[in-house]
Amino acid sequence: MSRIGVAFDKARADGRALLVGCMPAGFPTVEGSIAAMTAMVESGVDVIEVEIPYSDPVMDGPVIQKASDIALAGGVRTADTLRIVEAIAATGAPVVTMTYWNPIEQYGVDAFARDLAAAGGTGLITPDLIPDEAGEWLAASDAYGLDRTFLVSPSSTDGRLKMTVEHCRGFVYATALMGVTGARAQTSQAAPVLVSRVREVTDLPVGVGLGVGTGAQAATVAGYADGVIVGSALVRCVLDGPDLPAGLTALRTLSAELAEGVRNPAR
Amino acid sequence: MSTDTSSPSGGVPDVAGHFGRFGGRFVPEALVAALDELDAAYRKAMTDEEFLAELEALLRDYAGTPSLLYPARRFSAEAGARILLKREDLNHTGAHKVRNVLGQALLTKRMGKRRVIAETGAGQHGVATATAAALFDLECVVYMGEVDTRRQALNVARMRMLGATVIPVTAGSRTLKDAMNEAMRDWVANVDDTHYLIGTAAGPHPFPELVRDFVRGIGVEARQQCLDLTGALPDAVAACVGGGSNALGIFHAFVGDTGVRLYGFEAGGEGVETGRHAASITGGSSGVLHGTRTYVLQNEDGQTIESHSISAGLDYPGVGPEHAWLHDTGRASYQPVTDAEAMAAFELLCRTEGIIPAIESSHALAGALKVAPGLAAELGREPVIVVNLSGRGDKDVHTAGEYFGILDKE
Repeated sequence: MSRIGVAFDKARADGRALLVGCMPAGFPTVEGSIAAMTAMVESGVDVIEVEIPYSDPVMDGPVIQKASDIALAGGVRTADTLRIVEAIAATGAPVVTMTYWNPIEQYGVDAFARDLAAAGGTGLITPDLIPDEAGEWLAASDAYGLDRTFLVSPSSTDGRLKMTVEHCRGFVYATALMGVTGARAQTSQAAPVLVSRVREVTDLPVGVGLGVGTGAQAATVAGYADGVIVGSALVRCVLDGPDLPAGLTALRTLSAELAEGVRNPAR
Repeated sequence: MSTDTSSPSGGVPDVAGHFGRFGGRFVPEALVAALDELDAAYRKAMTDEEFLAELEALLRDYAGTPSLLYPARRFSAEAGARILLKREDLNHTGAHKVRNVLGQALLTKRMGKRRVIAETGAGQHGVATATAAALFDLECVVYMGEVDTRRQALNVARMRMLGATVIPVTAGSRTLKDAMNEAMRDWVANVDDTHYLIGTAAGPHPFPELVRDFVRGIGVEARQQCLDLTGALPDAVAACVGGGSNALGIFHAFVGDTGVRLYGFEAGGEGVETGRHAASITGGSSGVLHGTRTYVLQNEDGQTIESHSISAGLDYPGVGPEHAWLHDTGRASYQPVTDAEAMAAFELLCRTEGIIPAIESSHALAGALKVAPGLAAELGREPVIVVNLSGRGDKDVHTAGEYFGILDKE
C-alpha cells in the first residue's frame, strides 16, 4: 500500500478525514512554493497536492489559472516540480502530483513515472486523462508503483464510474460539482450522492474536491468523504497577500482552520 | 448531395475518434457523458432522413449553398494555373462556417438543449453561431480573446446585434486558444443544458469527425462542379489551415482521388524560422491540446506557445487531428505561407477579380500561387487548382487597410 493509502487508513481509524492541500509548483517562485507547502504541512495539511503548472488548464478556475501563469512566467520547469516534490516528501507528508496530460507526455510518460517515484511522490491526479486514453500511464504507474487517481463526476454513468474506479489506485477523486476549481459559497449537494455511488463499487478512499474553502465546509465534506481536497482557497492566501510572509501567515491560518474541520466531521 | 455522408476513408477515425496516433479524447470526466450523448445524437441524425432533409433545405434556402465554383480568369493568368475558386465567401454570414453551425444547431435542438456556447478567433464562427442561435431561438454565449475583440470589432458588433453575449477572454495570450479554454470551462459547468458548438474540426471526439461531416459538402460540391466545368478532376485542391475545418471540408471528398494533390497552407506569420507563426504541422510537434492529440506549438515542457498570424482565424497553436493524420500518411501536403505572401495574394485577388477575400483564405490563394509553377512543370501543362475561398474579407478591411497604409489618418 502506498504512503497515501496508509495515511487514509490511519485517518479512518481516527474517525476523521484527510486534508489534501493543493498548490501550484513554482508559485510564486520555486522556493516560495516550497515555503508555502511546508507551511501547509506544519499547519495540519495531511497530504500535499503539487500541481504542475500548465498553460491551458481547462479544469481550473481563475485563482489557480493566475497562480499557474505566475509560475510559468517565472520559468518553472517540470524538472523543478520534481525537486519540489522531493523537498516536501522529506517533511514526511505524502505528496501527490496533479497535472494535465501534455506536460507528462512531453516529459516522457515512463521517465516522469521513474523520476516522480525517485523524488518520493506517491502518484498523479490526471484531470484531463481518462482511463480510455491512459494505456501508457497505466503501464508506467504499474512499473514504478505509483498511485493513479482519475476523476469521477456527478455526470459519470454507472458504467463509466465503475470502469474509472477500477483503474484508480491510492484514492479516487470525486469532483463535487459540475464546474472548475474555485471556492464556492455553499458545498455541493451532488457530492454525497457521488461518494456513495463510488463506495458501492470500491473500498478505495474517496477524496472530494472543487469548491471547498472554509473549516465548516471541510467538516461537512469530512462527514461523508475520506479526503477533503482544497486548492483555490489556499492558493488565494498567497495570491492576495501583500508579500510572501503575509501570504504564508494567511495560509497557515486557513490550513489550521481546514485541519480543524476535517477532524470534526459533521455527521 | 451536400449532406452525402459516405466516407472514402473507411475506418478513420476509429470508434474512439483516433486518426492513426492522433485524435481521441483528453477531457475531464465531467464532459464524457455529454460527448457520448453528442456522438449518439450525431450518428442517429446522419442516418435520419428527416434530419438530413431539414439540414439540406436550410443549407440551400438559408445559407445559399451549393456555393459557386468560379473560374478566376485574370487571377489565373497571374498564377500560371487555371484557378477555380470555391466561393464559400458568398454563403450567408460570409464563410464556410455556416454549414457547420447549422448542422450543430439542429443537433442541439434534437438533444433538447437550449443554450449554445462557442469560441471564436476572427469572429466568423461566432457570427455564424449567433446567426444559427437567432434562427433556432437558442441562448448564445461567444468567448473571444480580448486581443481578437479589438482586431475584429466589427464582428463583435455583429454578434451582439444577433442577440449573442460576447465575453472577452483576458486569460493567457487572450486569443483563440484562451477563448477555447474558457468555453470548455463554461461547458464543464453547464453541460446539462448547453451544447459547445466548436467551430473547427478539432477538440475531443466526436467533434473532429462531426464538424468535418457537416462541412464536407464543400468538397462534394466542388468535385462535381469541377467535373461539370472541366470534364476532369482538378490537379490540386488548396485551402488554408488554422484548426482546419474549411480545408477538411474541401479535401474530404477528394481523399480517395489519389491523382488530386491536397495542399494545406498554414499561417507562417513572420516566417516559421522566426518563431512568430501559427504553423502547427510545419513548426510544431505531437502533443495534446484542447482534448485531442495533434500537432501543437509547444515548448519542451509541453506548454503551449503563443501563435502569431495576421489572420485572427488562423492564429491557433494546434490543428485538427485529421490534418495531423493526413500529414503523417502523406496524403496531404502542408506548407507555411507568410503574412506578407498572404497579403500580396489578397491584393492580387482584389485587383484582378474584384473579390475581397478573407485574410485566412488569402493564405490558400498565396499557396496556390506558390505551387503552380512546380505543378505546371511536373504536368507539362497548365494545372487546374481548386482553391477554397473560405470567407470574405469585409471583416478584414481594417487590418488590410492598415497593412497597406490606405486608411486616411484621423
